[in-house]
Amino acid sequence: MKYLILIQSNARSLAAWEKMTDEQRMDLGRGHMKLNQEMAEAGVHVASEGLADPSLATWVSVRDGKTIASDGPYAEVKEHLAGFYLIDCEGIDEAIAWAAKVPDAAITEVEVRPILDMSGWDL
Amino acid sequence: MGPLSKPGLEDLLRECAPQALGAVIRRYGDFDTCEDAVQEALLAAAQQWPVDGVPDNPKNWLITVAARRRIELLRNETARRRREEAVCQLPGPAPARGDDELALLLLCCHPALTPVSQVALTLRAVGGLTTAEISRALLVPEATVGQRITRAKQRIRDSGAHFTMPPPAERAARLNAVLHVLYLIFNEGHTASSGSQLNRVELTTEAIRLARQLRQQLPEDGEVAGLLALMLLTDARRPARTRPDGGLVPLAEQDRSKWDRRAIAEGIALITATLQSAPIGPFQLQAAIAAVHDEATRPELTDWPQILQLYGLLQRLAPGPMVELNRIVAVAMVHGCSQALAELDAAERDPALAGHYRVTAVRAHLLEMAGDIAAAREQYRLAARRTLSIPEQRYLDSRAARLAEAPPASAR
Repeated sequence: MKYLILIQSNARSLAAWEKMTDEQRMDLGRGHMKLNQEMAEAGVHVASEGLADPSLATWVSVRDGKTIASDGPYAEVKEHLAGFYLIDCEGIDEAIAWAAKVPDAAITEVEVRPILDMSGWDL
Repeated sequence: MGPLSKPGLEDLLRECAPQALGAVIRRYGDFDTCEDAVQEALLAAAQQWPVDGVPDNPKNWLITVAARRRIELLRNETARRRREEAVCQLPGPAPARGDDELALLLLCCHPALTPVSQVALTLRAVGGLTTAEISRALLVPEATVGQRITRAKQRIRDSGAHFTMPPPAERAARLNAVLHVLYLIFNEGHTASSGSQLNRVELTTEAIRLARQLRQQLPEDGEVAGLLALMLLTDARRPARTRPDGGLVPLAEQDRSKWDRRAIAEGIALITATLQSAPIGPFQLQAAIAAVHDEATRPELTDWPQILQLYGLLQRLAPGPMVELNRIVAVAMVHGCSQALAELDAAERDPALAGHYRVTAVRAHLLEMAGDIAAAREQYRLAARRTLSIPEQRYLDSRAARLAEAPPASAR
């Protein structure tokens, strides 16, 4: 079973970040590196990345076969995706246990979403 | 010696792989190094045999090369760790023995391992698949599969498990674990049905091959036979189970002329003979149910009373939420929708089923059968939202859409 663990950036997480000392910020980064390593060693890691600031986002659309890329519409959204872990494990209980190890879970919260697959039972 | 086609070579290698590994482990005991050594021997064979021809005794060739590679691996490790014990004076391994494969399978499905590790290790050590092939089949990165195998081997070492047959008192439970791993591999392949996932279908073939091998070792075991029959009878419907676009076709709407008659005949003969001779078990009952479905050339000829009876037995022998759901579907076909809906409400009190999309999907079907179109449509939509499977989602959405289009007068 695959699960995506999403880490959102929002007013609360930013406020918490502001209050952190340099050392605490370093610890957060180290926590992510350690978790990556632990997931890899456990054989559950599929992919994980941190995302660049949404001000660097490019919006892509295709109209009449023409690709249009633009910086907007950049609105001041209250919440945006800051990073993710994609894992493959036995089930939701194990996914929750991994999510609890994401350093951000101790500050705000992280979201666990099951991934759709191509499986199907006999109807 | 002689030339061999590529698929022929692959079949041969995979047939020899567990026997060679078994022989090497039996001789030396260190499962993890032996497994690495046999993998390297298999790679060497895949490169050399097409050029030099297949040796007269391929299995012994693999055993000899693996034994040599094992010493090299240990030497490297020894050098790294600055340990200088003599490892090269050991005599050569004994030839392969019949029960090596079974002992190997039992070791790969050791209770100290998690199910995902058991699957990965079994596919590699017994199935002879490479890490890359397993990673494609399971849709996870190669590094992840590699790590699962490494960890599994570590766990086996740490648990002190030996390459021997477990004592008789443990054997039934250990064999049961093997059967579940093989069924898990089968289902990984069987449930992945779309064209874009074609490589996963190989897993069903692999699971059937492993089940056949296991049956050769344990011809008297009723559950081994039951599992093989269940796989054959389920896989027989594969050609009719999906549309070209990957959409799922429910059993009642499948083109039964596309079913694999030969697999059905083999499965029915096997389960019929087994039910007469062996103590009954859950895999045999599931095979018997699959056989009843496969025997019906048209859906309306399905012997539902017999299916209901078999599910009743299965629920007593191996109770479970999914068995209960399937039993309720049979109740609907035998006693009608209202009784089935009442039993479904009762079943949903089981925490394992509360809010489960399959309950919702079954309720949708029952409501549709009962003619309550509006409620059925709503339940189909709800089930579609809750499933984790793309083909199921499409199927449930299409049922909802079909009911939306149907004028009320057409309600059954």
